[in-house]
Amino acid sequence: MDADLSSQDRKDLDKFIKFFALKTVQVIVQARLGEKICTRSSSSPTGSDWFNLAIKDIPEVTHEAKKALAGQLPAVGRSMCVEISLKTSEGDSMELEIWCLEMNEKCDKEIKVSYTVYNRLSLLLKSLLAITRVTPAYRLSRKQGREYVILYRIYFGEVQLNGLGEGFQTVRVGTVGTPVGTVTLSCAYRVNLAFMSARQFERTPPIMGIVIDHFVDRPYPSSSPMHPCNYRTAGEDAGVAYPSVEDSQEVCTTSFSTSPPSQCVFTVSKAHFQTPTPVVTDTLRVPVAGLAFSHQLASSRLSYQPTLLGVGSAELAHPVVFAAGSGAAHPHQLMVPGKEGGVPLAPSQPAHGTQADHEKMATCTPSDGAHYIVTPSSSEDPETVSNSSEGRGSPHDILEAILVRKVGALVNDSVDQVTMTNLDIPFAMFAPKNFELEDNDPMVNPPDSPDTDSPLQGSLHSDGSSGGGGGNAHDDFVMVDFKPAFSKDDILPMDLGTFYREFQNPPQLSSLSIDIGAQSMAEDLDSLPEKLAVHEKNVKEFDAFVETLQ
Amino acid sequence: MNCRAEVLEVSVEGRQVEEALLAVLHTVLLHRSTGKFHYKKEGTYSIGTVGTQDIDCDFIDFTYVRVSSEELDRALRKVVGEFKDALRNSGGDGLGQMSLEFYQKKKSRWPFSDECIPWEVWTVKVHVVALATEQERQICREKVGEKLCEKVINIVEVMNRHEYLPKMPTQSEVDNVFDTGLRDVQPYLYKISFQITDALGTSVTTTMRRLIKDTLAL
Repeated sequence: MDADLSSQDRKDLDKFIKFFALKTVQVIVQARLGEKICTRSSSSPTGSDWFNLAIKDIPEVTHEAKKALAGQLPAVGRSMCVEISLKTSEGDSMELEIWCLEMNEKCDKEIKVSYTVYNRLSLLLKSLLAITRVTPAYRLSRKQGREYVILYRIYFGEVQLNGLGEGFQTVRVGTVGTPVGTVTLSCAYRVNLAFMSARQFERTPPIMGIVIDHFVDRPYPSSSPMHPCNYRTAGEDAGVAYPSVEDSQEVCTTSFSTSPPSQCVFTVSKAHFQTPTPVVTDTLRVPVAGLAFSHQLASSRLSYQPTLLGVGSAELAHPVVFAAGSGAAHPHQLMVPGKEGGVPLAPSQPAHGTQADHEKMATCTPSDGAHYIVTPSSSEDPETVSNSSEGRGSPHDILEAILVRKVGALVNDSVDQVTMTNLDIPFAMFAPKNFELEDNDPMVNPPDSPDTDSPLQGSLHSDGSSGGGGGNAHDDFVMVDFKPAFSKDDILPMDLGTFYREFQNPPQLSSLSIDIGAQSMAEDLDSLPEKLAVHEKNVKEFDAFVETLQ
Repeated sequence: MNCRAEVLEVSVEGRQVEEALLAVLHTVLLHRSTGKFHYKKEGTYSIGTVGTQDIDCDFIDFTYVRVSSEELDRALRKVVGEFKDALRNSGGDGLGQMSLEFYQKKKSRWPFSDECIPWEVWTVKVHVVALATEQERQICREKVGEKLCEKVINIVEVMNRHEYLPKMPTQSEVDNVFDTGLRDVQPYLYKISFQITDALGTSVTTTMRRLIKDTLAL
């Protein structure tokens, strides 16, 4: 019970827990922004850094957290939860983590509120900083951008772990005992990301049923919309400030005493200052008309054009702050310009209605023209395919067509084939010449005598150095216009190609040819003594030679 | 009072040694550092603010958080660099260990020097493996990253047991508990030492003791 706790201690404890909850949310959301966080140490206390840690306050996040808490504090059965989820450009979403700040009934009466509890809460925040970089969602959030974004949602009440899939893991960040209960901070995170990796490459549209079910069981559906984990401040044109931005914010100037605990002095002073007014923008909205998303899915990429979506979004919680016109980056901007491409200006396509349009909207180009969120349906074929009458697929398909000698659009007769392989496919020349008849293949039928010219001499000569695919001596031999890899026509006229062709089929080594191999080894052995005798005669010459070498 | 001892083991490739050690040491020191104390009258003091920063590793798929203090980072990098060089020059199996020890000083009467009483020791055992192919190295990047994630969770678990911590000192005693030599943060007094072992586990090279704070104090 609270009988032993002085009223001042009680007040302090409540304040600590409240600000601890707010700072916890800040740490978690900032860790999922996709950027590295850096804050400076300060040797002189500024009075506004709770728990002696430099943790920035993103006003939007504070606003959301306060809204979720609604003046209450985490208590038994009432936990504060931060849900982190991922949403792909196609509209699929998946819960990744749930961070829970809970309170249980186990009290520690002996503990000193203003001293030990405060320091332990500070330690717990440091642990949270470390743990948020260690769960799988961190690496995902660092790579967010084109294909997916990370969203957060804060709710208060019972913890809902259903959306994490099977086999989710939990990690306990830490606990702090207080006279009114034990504060516990933990994280449950999904380990089964198979859905996402399979989804990414599917070309079928997402199944609407999954999306709807995703949001069914939320305890406070109307008050906890999803928000993206990125943050942008408005420029001068910022319209609406948050209606309930705090006018005063309590700061914590703590003084600790080194005297015995009974004389512990702890002062908390209140400082009133205005938070800067339109500091934040809001998140953006997805046009919900054409999709089966529930209205909780309030926002998606910040880069979507807010003004376009301003219509018909009355049910969503946040006012839209239009950030256009502010080209300069705000100092607090935490977005990476490279990913977002700067402040979104007028989009290239309007976005309303159907899902197809939604997907198109996803490729809204920002001012620098960079595209992001490439939708699967917009895959572009490489240029080389454009030559093909079939017009599909990748160079591989074309190569395959040559190899398997498909009759049809690609191959009719030699002329077409030459046309086909005129394409600048590297290593095309290495494709086996299936269209040759085996009779003419010199490798299969060895030449009669190794002393004659290279078997392909005729064909090579007829090929000439022009490099063109002309006719040749063999009627059945369809000459392919060779384009050796890394060799350009305009630099030297097929020198490399000519060289290669000339020496492509060198004559077989005499010692390896079968005819000569037919000589028995016995004859070789017999001729050995004669050879030795000859060498012995010339011993002196050999010795002189060896001496010249030394 | 017993000294708490924790041991962590990592198997890394040669070029990952420094980053893995820095990740562990910085994570521990993040929890064992406070802001600078400013003593006021009547025995009260206020505490400065500790900033943090995310550090991406180049050779490991891992990011860790450290306190924003260049001085502290420099001190750690120096000793980790020495460890890495010693490991490389030892020519042994690539086994070594580094110890981060938090201690308190206890003033003794003259002529005895101050006593250093450790209250927490973190030992990191490092095993260096040699990899042949690029694919193995890529897998190693990810695996070591995952292992370090586990180590951070272990460290956090120990930290949150809230076991013994030195009492907050008076102004005259602060140097017996904290390292007040840094400009922006104030870690507990610590010293780092390391030794290289051969396969048998005995100390081959000289056990080098780096008394960072103590040598400066003396």
